[in-house]
Amino acid sequence: MNAVVTATGLTKAYKNALALNDVSFRIESGRIVGLIGPNGAGKTTALKAILGLTDFKGELNVLGFDPRTQRDQLMEQVCFIADVAVLPRWIRVSEAIDFVANVHPRFNRAKCEAFLARTKLTPNQRVKQMSKGMIVQLHLALVMAIDARLLVLDEPTLGLDILYRKQFYHSLLEDYFDENKTIIVTTHQVEEIENILTDLMFIRDGRIVLDTDMDTVGERFAEVMVSADKAATARSMRPLDERQVFGKSIFLFDGADRATLESMGEVRRPTVSDLFVATMKGTYA
Amino acid sequence: MKTFYWLLKREFWEHRGGFLWAPIVTGAIFLVLNVMAIITAEVLTARHGMHFGGGVDIQTMIRNADAGDWQQVGAAADIAMISSVGLIGIVMGIVVLFYCLGSLYDDRRDRSVLFWKSLPISNTHTVLSKVASAAVVAPVIAVVVSIVCGLLQLLMFAVVLSFHGINVWQLLGLSHPLRAVGSLLSNVPLYGLWALPAVGWLMLCSAAARSKPFLWAVAVPVVLGLLVTWFGIMGLFNLSTGWFWVNIVQRALLSVFPGSNLVFGEHSALKMGEFADSDPLAVLSPMHTYSLLASPDLWIGVIAGLALIAGAIWFRRVRDDS
Repeated sequence: MNAVVTATGLTKAYKNALALNDVSFRIESGRIVGLIGPNGAGKTTALKAILGLTDFKGELNVLGFDPRTQRDQLMEQVCFIADVAVLPRWIRVSEAIDFVANVHPRFNRAKCEAFLARTKLTPNQRVKQMSKGMIVQLHLALVMAIDARLLVLDEPTLGLDILYRKQFYHSLLEDYFDENKTIIVTTHQVEEIENILTDLMFIRDGRIVLDTDMDTVGERFAEVMVSADKAATARSMRPLDERQVFGKSIFLFDGADRATLESMGEVRRPTVSDLFVATMKGTYA
Repeated sequence: MKTFYWLLKREFWEHRGGFLWAPIVTGAIFLVLNVMAIITAEVLTARHGMHFGGGVDIQTMIRNADAGDWQQVGAAADIAMISSVGLIGIVMGIVVLFYCLGSLYDDRRDRSVLFWKSLPISNTHTVLSKVASAAVVAPVIAVVVSIVCGLLQLLMFAVVLSFHGINVWQLLGLSHPLRAVGSLLSNVPLYGLWALPAVGWLMLCSAAARSKPFLWAVAVPVVLGLLVTWFGIMGLFNLSTGWFWVNIVQRALLSVFPGSNLVFGEHSALKMGEFADSDPLAVLSPMHTYSLLASPDLWIGVIAGLALIAGAIWFRRVRDDS
């Protein structure tokens, strides 16, 4: 497989904090990677480095380009939606399409218009007259019509209602994603994307604390619901996390023996959000 | 090339109000004021039976006019033709000043810079398209509007005077509308060169400031000027303190106003004694204005402007606060 992004020793220091601390990772083509971490963990900094929007120390290769020096070529292959509502407020739908169609060599106008036809947006409408959800629809229509190899989404659905959020990821999967494309997404609404991700990356205090694909998550991590009498045994196996539900304890294990776990109680695959909470324990303490 | 054209178009879309409507509205106000002045004059004349030239009626005046008088009538028509450019030029100067200050700052403030930077457009192209909008697009529009306004103004006077028995064609024959149009247009490239240091400085502040670019743009040269004045630093270079204010502070901030080259230093139109009242167009004629090309003041300004623009491009790339 060919790597879309390869980072080695990525480090970025702001005035008083280390946003990225010697981070190394590799993202293969055709994956949907969730980059997940608490506020201020360095997610956005990592994305900015990939997009050539910020300076950094270390090695970074995106689609064969160095984002620091070859940004102009890189951006023909990379799209990003950074947060909602970064479209300029004065622009009209028709102007946005005209502009992107004429400056982006890989833009497909028909595709964009077909996508917009399914929304309530009209060509003369200005961004400032739109709701947040409509702005994202427009942005997504522009981005999906670009045949890029890497799509970077930084909190793309922040502040949207659930209808828009569902529609956003649905369109992305149905109409955009294929094996030649790669998507990197950060979000706090982990539950909504967990079943579309192929890979998971947890970032905390500028370090990658978990970097795995979703299949491995199922093999490696297990959640067991244990009744009170067996709780001590479970505790002795050094679980990642323990929580109480209806008088029973739920333990989260990393790499524990499956048979032993099954003897103690019902074994489940943990959700990404449970895994996240367990991994990030004490972040804000 | 195609990308650059669309970048210019983008700037025009965003700033249609300043680039297009501000000169048009100014021109319209100018014409309306003139119409009101004419009506007032007509009403006063009719009511009090006043006549031009103290009792001599206008027909008599025309019969008695000699060649010099006719030349003055032509000059008045020429002034009518170019007078609107003064007002429109001031408005355009203000528009360009604030356009430059906002050009690389506003999109960082509202974070739409993230959208622009997601497209395969180099920072150099982006910044240069904004320079071209300020130094070429805005003045071309302003001059075209001024020309239309001047022609309307001329037409208006012709119509009014024809009511008083003056032959319109005779009047138009005395004026030089084509020359006026040519002179106005000829000043656009010169304006672009002259405005470059101010455009560069304002855009550098716009690209570099984390907040309040206006304050930086004004405060830095003015504080420097005050320091220079207090400590008499210019004495070290055998230059007067005034030199700093004129050549640095004024060039960095006020060169965006069209015509500022006409009142600048030794090229000042006011110092040019050879202009007769009879030929108001001479002030704007390329024969006169382009003598500035021989002056190092212009070219040093252009070089400084290019350096400042290069700085703005650099800041556009590295400023990372969105």
